[in-house]
Amino acid sequence: MKVIVDENSKVIVQGITGHQGMFHSGEMLKFGTKVVGGTSPGKSGQNVNGIPVFDNVSDLMHLNPDATMISVAPPFVKDAAYEALDAGIKVVYILTEHVPFHDTMEILYNARRKGAWLLGPNGPGITRPGKVKIGIMPNTIFKKGDVAVASRSGTLTYEIVNAITLDGMGESTVIGLGGDPVPGMDFIDALELFNADEDTKKIVVVGEIGGSNEERAAEYIRKNVRKKVVAYIAGRSAPPGKRMGHAGAIIERGVGTAESKIKAFEEAGVRVAEYPIDIPKMLE
Amino acid sequence: MNLYEYQGKEIFRKFQIPVPDGYVVSSPSEVKSYTSPVVVKSQVLIGGRGKSGGIKFAKDQATLGNAVKELLGSKVRGLTVSKLLIEQMLDIRKEFYLSITLNRTERKPMLIASVAGGVEIESVPETEIFRKSIDPIVGYSDFIGRQLTKFMKFDAQLAKQLRAILPKLYQVFEKYDCELVEINPLVLNGDGKLIAADSKVIIDSDSLYRHQEFPKEDPERTPLELEAQSKGYSFVELEGVIGVIANGAGLTMATLDALLLHKGKPRNFLDLGGTDSTDIVVEAFDLVLKANPKVILVNIFGGVTKCDTVAAGIVEAKKKYGIKQQLVVRLSGVRETEGREILKQNGIVAFSEMMPAVEKVVSFAGGA
Repeated sequence: MKVIVDENSKVIVQGITGHQGMFHSGEMLKFGTKVVGGTSPGKSGQNVNGIPVFDNVSDLMHLNPDATMISVAPPFVKDAAYEALDAGIKVVYILTEHVPFHDTMEILYNARRKGAWLLGPNGPGITRPGKVKIGIMPNTIFKKGDVAVASRSGTLTYEIVNAITLDGMGESTVIGLGGDPVPGMDFIDALELFNADEDTKKIVVVGEIGGSNEERAAEYIRKNVRKKVVAYIAGRSAPPGKRMGHAGAIIERGVGTAESKIKAFEEAGVRVAEYPIDIPKMLE
Repeated sequence: MNLYEYQGKEIFRKFQIPVPDGYVVSSPSEVKSYTSPVVVKSQVLIGGRGKSGGIKFAKDQATLGNAVKELLGSKVRGLTVSKLLIEQMLDIRKEFYLSITLNRTERKPMLIASVAGGVEIESVPETEIFRKSIDPIVGYSDFIGRQLTKFMKFDAQLAKQLRAILPKLYQVFEKYDCELVEINPLVLNGDGKLIAADSKVIIDSDSLYRHQEFPKEDPERTPLELEAQSKGYSFVELEGVIGVIANGAGLTMATLDALLLHKGKPRNFLDLGGTDSTDIVVEAFDLVLKANPKVILVNIFGGVTKCDTVAAGIVEAKKKYGIKQQLVVRLSGVRETEGREILKQNGIVAFSEMMPAVEKVVSFAGGA
C-alpha cells in the first residue's frame, strides 16, 4: 500500500547543488529512490550524481515528479515550497532547519488547499525500506518489516530503528515529522496512514517535550488504533523555558511536559519505554 | 526571543495601539522633570515585577529621583535592572487580557481574551476566556472582533475601541513573526479609553534574520550559551556535573533523560548537529570544558555525523585541551568500527551501546 510515496514515486531535489542536496541525492539513489531531477537557479545543464539540474521546477515537470525534497537556506524555503506547489507537486518535504514558523504555517495551509502533503521542516524525511527514501536517514539501518515509526527527532529515530532492525524485526514506514513548533505532517496524520496500511502491524511513536501533539495522538490511538503501539518521550529531564535543541522542544507555561505525554499514552493503553533501547522488546 | 516591555510598547505605538506616554532611562541623569504622577517600571524579562518591588510610583520630583536611584542596578528576582520605563500613571477602572499566540495543536494563530486581566491567564477560569483560531491565510477579520466584544459584554464605545486595536495587534503578530503578543492588562482608563498598560512580545528566533533591528543576543541566555549559539551549537547550561556531547536534539535529550534515570546530573545539553567535521567536535569540547564538568559523556549515533570523524575530533581535543576529566564515549552507527579503532589507539575505550556508557559515566561522577 502507498504511504504518501512508494517505489514508483519520482523525486526531485530543490537545492540539489548545495552540500546537503549533493550528498543526500546520491544517498537516495543508492537506496533505490527514483531521483529524476533537481533545481538550482542559474545552474541548468549541470548534473549532480548523474541527476540533471534545472533552473526552475517548471522546467522539469516533463519528468513527472511526485515529490520534492527542499534543501535551501531558510529565507528561500517559502518560495521553494510555493514553486513546487504551484507546479502541482503533491508531496513537499522540507529538510531545512530554522524556517520561521510563520512561513511554515502559510506553506502548510496552502499545501492543504492544493491537496498536497507537507513533511517537515527540520526533519529527516520518510523512508520505506525496500521501496523508497526521501530525506537523510542513514541507508544502512533499515530492514523491511511490519513496524511503522513516527518521530519528532532525527538521530533518536535512527537509534530506535537500528535497535528494531538488530532485534530481528523490520520497518514498513519511518516518518520524521521534524522538531519545529509547526510541523507539516503531525502524529495523527502519520497514525491514520499507519492504521490503514496493511503492511504495518505495529507502531512506534517517538515524541518529545513541547506542544500537545502527543496527547492528541494518544487520544486518537485510544479511539481508532487496534494495532500494537509503543511510545517513547524525550525530554523527561528538561527544565521549563529552555529549548532543548529543537525549536519545538520547550515546556511553556507548564504545557508540553513529558509527564503529561507519558500519562496520556498510558491512559490510552500505550506502553511508554523508559529508554529508547527498550522499544524492540516491548514490540515483541 | 523575548522583548522588553518598552520595546514591545515602541512597536505598539508604531502600529497605533494606545500606550501610556513614557520614556526609558538607564541612568538617573536621564530623568525628565516631574509634571504628573508616574510609574517607574524595571525592565526585566520576568513576571511578577510588582510583587518583587520592581515597580514604584512617584508623585513628585524627589520620589521620582529616589525611585530611579533605588531601582537602577537593583535585582528583581535575580535579574539586574539596567533600564527603567517611566510612564504616566493610569487611572485604572478595569483590566482586561488580550493576546495572540501560536496554537501549536491547530498550527494556527489564536486570539485569546478575557475580562479578567492583570493576572496570569492560566489562573482565569476557562468559562471567562475567549479563544478563537485564525486561519493564517485569511488573517484577522472584523467578525472575530464582533464575536469577541459580544463575549466580553462590551458596550458600543468599548467595542469600537477594541475592534480598532485587534487588527493592529494581528499585524504586529504577523509583521514581527511573533510567538506571542500579549497585552496584560489592557486597561480601561478613567477617561474611558482602552490603553495597553503592559506588553509582552516574543519573536521567533528563527526569524531574526529579517528583523535586524533587534540584537541577536538573547538577554535570557548565559554567556556560555551565547558563545555556543554564535558558533552554531544548540547548547543549554544545566546544573549538574556530567558534561554531555551528543548528536541530534532528540538523542541528546534521551541521553540527559537516561543520566537522570540513573541519578546522574547533566551539566549541559550540547547537540553536535549533523555536520561531519572534526573541528566541530573539538570546538564542542572547548564549550563543554568551559562549563567545568566533573566527567564527560560523548554519545554518538553515526549517520551524517560519522563515528570516525567524531573519534578523530575527540583525540584532537584531548591533546589540545589536555582534558583531565574522565571521558566516556559511546559510538554506534556509520563507521563505528573505524571510530572505535582510532580511540583504542589513543587509549580510550568506546562503548557501542548507550546504557553501559551512561552507567559508567554516572559511576565516575559519583565516585570521583
